[in-house]
Amino acid sequence: MFIIYLTIFFFFFNGALIIYAVRKWKRRSDKDVTPHITHDTRLELVWSLIPLAVVMLIFFWGFTGYVKAWVAPNDAIEIVVTGKKWVWQFEYPDGSRSLNDLHVPVNRPVKLIMHSEDVIHSFFVPAFRLKRDVIPGRYTELWFTATEPGVQQVFCAEYCGKGHSDMLARIFVDSPEQYEIFLKEGDEQVRKMPLKELGKLVYENKGCATCHSLDGTKGQGPSWKGIWAKTHKGADGTEYTVDANYVRQSILQPQAVVVQGFEPIMPTFQGLLREREILGVIEYIKSLE
Amino acid sequence: MSQAITEHGVGHAAHHADYLEEPKGLWSWLTTVDHKRIGLMYMWSVMFFFLVGGLFALLIRLELLTPKQTIMTAEMYNRVFTLHGAIMTFLVIIPAIPAALGNFALPLLIGAKDVAFPKLNLTSLYVYWTGAAMAVATLALGGVDTGWTFYTPYSTTTGGGVSLMVLAAFVLGFSSIFTGVNFIATIHKLRAPGMGWFELPLFTWGMYATALIQILATPVLGITLLLLVMERVLGVGIFDAQLGGDPVLFQHFFWFYSHPAVYIMILPAMAVISEVIPTFSKKTIFGYKAIAFSSVAIALLGFMVWAHHMFVAGMSLFAGAIFSFLTFFIAIPSAIKVFNWIATMWRGSITLDAPMLYALSFLLIFTIGGLTGLFLASLSTDVHLHDTYFVVSHFHYVMAGSNLIAFLAGIHYWWPKMYGRMYNQTLAAIGCVLVFVGFNATFLPQFVLGSRGMPRRYYNYLPQFQELHVASTVGSWILAAGLFLILAYLLASFRQKKGSVPANPWGGRTLEWETTSPPTMHNFEGQPVLKHGPYDYRPNPAPVGEDSH
Repeated sequence: MFIIYLTIFFFFFNGALIIYAVRKWKRRSDKDVTPHITHDTRLELVWSLIPLAVVMLIFFWGFTGYVKAWVAPNDAIEIVVTGKKWVWQFEYPDGSRSLNDLHVPVNRPVKLIMHSEDVIHSFFVPAFRLKRDVIPGRYTELWFTATEPGVQQVFCAEYCGKGHSDMLARIFVDSPEQYEIFLKEGDEQVRKMPLKELGKLVYENKGCATCHSLDGTKGQGPSWKGIWAKTHKGADGTEYTVDANYVRQSILQPQAVVVQGFEPIMPTFQGLLREREILGVIEYIKSLE
Repeated sequence: MSQAITEHGVGHAAHHADYLEEPKGLWSWLTTVDHKRIGLMYMWSVMFFFLVGGLFALLIRLELLTPKQTIMTAEMYNRVFTLHGAIMTFLVIIPAIPAALGNFALPLLIGAKDVAFPKLNLTSLYVYWTGAAMAVATLALGGVDTGWTFYTPYSTTTGGGVSLMVLAAFVLGFSSIFTGVNFIATIHKLRAPGMGWFELPLFTWGMYATALIQILATPVLGITLLLLVMERVLGVGIFDAQLGGDPVLFQHFFWFYSHPAVYIMILPAMAVISEVIPTFSKKTIFGYKAIAFSSVAIALLGFMVWAHHMFVAGMSLFAGAIFSFLTFFIAIPSAIKVFNWIATMWRGSITLDAPMLYALSFLLIFTIGGLTGLFLASLSTDVHLHDTYFVVSHFHYVMAGSNLIAFLAGIHYWWPKMYGRMYNQTLAAIGCVLVFVGFNATFLPQFVLGSRGMPRRYYNYLPQFQELHVASTVGSWILAAGLFLILAYLLASFRQKKGSVPANPWGGRTLEWETTSPPTMHNFEGQPVLKHGPYDYRPNPAPVGEDSH
C-alpha cells in the first residue's frame, strides 16, 4: 500500500514540477539568458539518499513478509499437487484424489508439495497473495492458512500452451465438519445428484471441457456431440462403437484407442474419478444428441 | 581513404553534395559504409517491424475484448503474442535507438567522420536483416507458441519453428554485438580534438554504457539459445528434466542476458532525453557527471539483478533476498537522472517543440514505469504480482512507453538534420498527445487487472476482468491512431524542399548542429574544433577545459 502512495505521490510531484517549470520558465524571447548551473552536490545527495532510505525500507518490509511465508508450520496438512497440461490434481494425506477442486479446512495450515508432469506451471491464488512455480523434476512448496470459509480461484500463472488460460482450479475452504465428510465420502451434493447431472458436472469441473466440445467443433479431442452408438475410427483404421465400455476405456486408458486425426495427449483419469462419476459421464454422453 | 578526400577536395571547391544525394542509386545505399545511411536504413527497418509488431498487438487487444474467443483460436493467439514479443524485443526495441539513432548521431555528436569500423557497421545491418528474415520465416513453419522468453521445457517440447526463431535471436545478437564494439572503439578513438571524456555529449555516455552491456551480455544469450537448439535438435539434456536437465537453469541463463537487455533498451532512451531537455531549456545540463556515472552504474548493476524475474521460480530464500536487495539499488541512479532532468528545466527558457513534448511524456511515463518496479522488486508483493498483467503493464511502461517515446523524441529531434526538412509542428503536438493518452489508457487498466489477479498470456479470462480489458483495448486504438498520424506527417515532410531548415533549427550546442542539414558524406567541412562544452548556453561560453563540471 505504501508503494502505491509513493508511486502516486512521485507521479504527481514530478508532473507538477514539470508543469510548473514549463509555465514559469517559458521562452520569452530569443535573447533569454539562462543561469549556468552545472550542479549542486548537496541537492543531488538529497535526491540520492532519500530514495535510498525509502527503497531500503521497502526491501526490508518485502523481505520480512517473504520470510514469514517461507517456512510452513510442522502441523500443516500436506497435500501433493501435480500440474499437467491442463489440469491440477490434488492428493490428500489419505490417498484420495481430486481434480481441479481442492478442499481444505478453515484455520488449519495447509502445505502444498507441488511438481509438474510436463512443462512449468505456476500455482497462483490471488486471494491468498500466493504464487509458486510448479516444475518438472523437482518439488516446490507453498503453504497457507485459510481464515474464512468460501471458494477461492486458482490460476495457472506460467504459460504452458493451448489450454493455459483454462487451467483453473478452485479452493473450497470448508468448516472442519464439512472437511471430514468430504474426506470420507466426497462432496455431499455430488452423492445425491442424478447420474446425468453428475456427468455434466464432471465434464465442466474435471477438465473434459478443455478438449472436448459439446457443439461438434473440433478441439484437442473429439467432440461429444451425437457420438453415442456411432462409430469412432482408431489411428490404424479399426472401427469402434461408442458404448459404455468404450467410454469407460477412453477415460481410464486413453491411449488404448486414439481417434484418427487426434494427438494421444489425454491423461488417464484412473483413480481420479469415483465409479459413480464414470457412470455419470456415460449417461451424459448418451444424452448429447 | 585520406587520398579519396584529397581528390574530392580538389575536384569540387566549395559545395559538397549531401549524403542523401551522392552517390546515387539503390546499389550505393546497399553497399554504403556511411554511418548516416546505415542509421537511416536501420531506422526504417525498425519502423517497419514496429508496424508489424504493433499490428500483432492490436490483434491481441482485439481478441481480449471478450472473455472467450473473439477473433482467433487459442493456438493462434499464442503464436500472435509470441511474435509480438519477439519482434518488438529483438527487432524493434533493442536496435531502435543504438543502431538507428546512435548510428546516425553518435559520430556527428563527437565530431567524427564515421564510426571506427564502417564495414563492420554495414555487416551488422545485413546480419540484422538476416535475423529478421529468419524470424519472419518461422511463420511458414507453423509459427512459434513459446512466448518470446522460450522457457524450457515447453520450448523444447512444442512444435513449430522454435529452433529457427531461436537461431534468429542468436543471429540478431551478433548485429547488436557489432554495433556495441563499433561504438566503444568510436568513442575511444574518434573524438574531436579537445573533447575530453567530460566534454562528451551525454548521448555518447549512454551509448557507451549500452555498448558495454551489448558486448558483455549478448554472448550469454547466444550460448543459451545454442544450448536450447542443441536440446531440441540433438536431444542433449540440458534444460529438460526428462533428459536429466534443469528447466530453471534456462531461466537463469536467459535472464542473465535479458535483464541487462532491459538496460540496452532504457539507457539509450535516457541518452536521447539527456540531449533534448537541455536544448529546449536553453540551459546547461544539471549534474553532468551524476547523469554520466549513473548510466554506467545502471549498466553494471544491471548484471547483478537477473534473478528478480524468478522470485517464485523455486530459488532459495537467500538468493531471493540478495537479488531483491540489489534490484532496489537500480532505483537510485534512475531517480538521480529524473531529478537532474527536472533540475535542468528549472529556471531555463523552455520551448515546447515536438521533441521536448516527447521528452516530457517520457519523464512521466518513466516515472510510472520505474516506481511500479518497486512493487516487483519487493519480495512479498512480487509473489502476488509476478506473471500477472501488473508485470505486463510495468514492462510496457519501461520498454515500450519509455523506450519508444524516447525513440520518437530522437526522430523528431534529428529529423531536420537527417533530411533537411521539418514536419508540421501542430500535427506533431497532436500526435504526441494521442500517443501519451492512448498509451496510458492501454496500460493503466492493466495495473489494476494484474493486482486483481489476472494472469498474463491468458486467452480466455474470467468475466469480472472484462471491463478493464475493454478499456485497455480502446486505449490501444487511440495509441495506434497517434502512431499512424506521426508516420503520416513525417512522410508528408518529404514534400518540402530539401535544405529548407537551417543547420541548427533548435539552437542546440552540440557539434551535429554546426554542420549543414543534411550533412555531407564526411559530416563536416574539415575537422570540427570544439569551442565550448556540449551544453554551454552562456553568451560567452568558456573555452573547453576551463569549465569544470
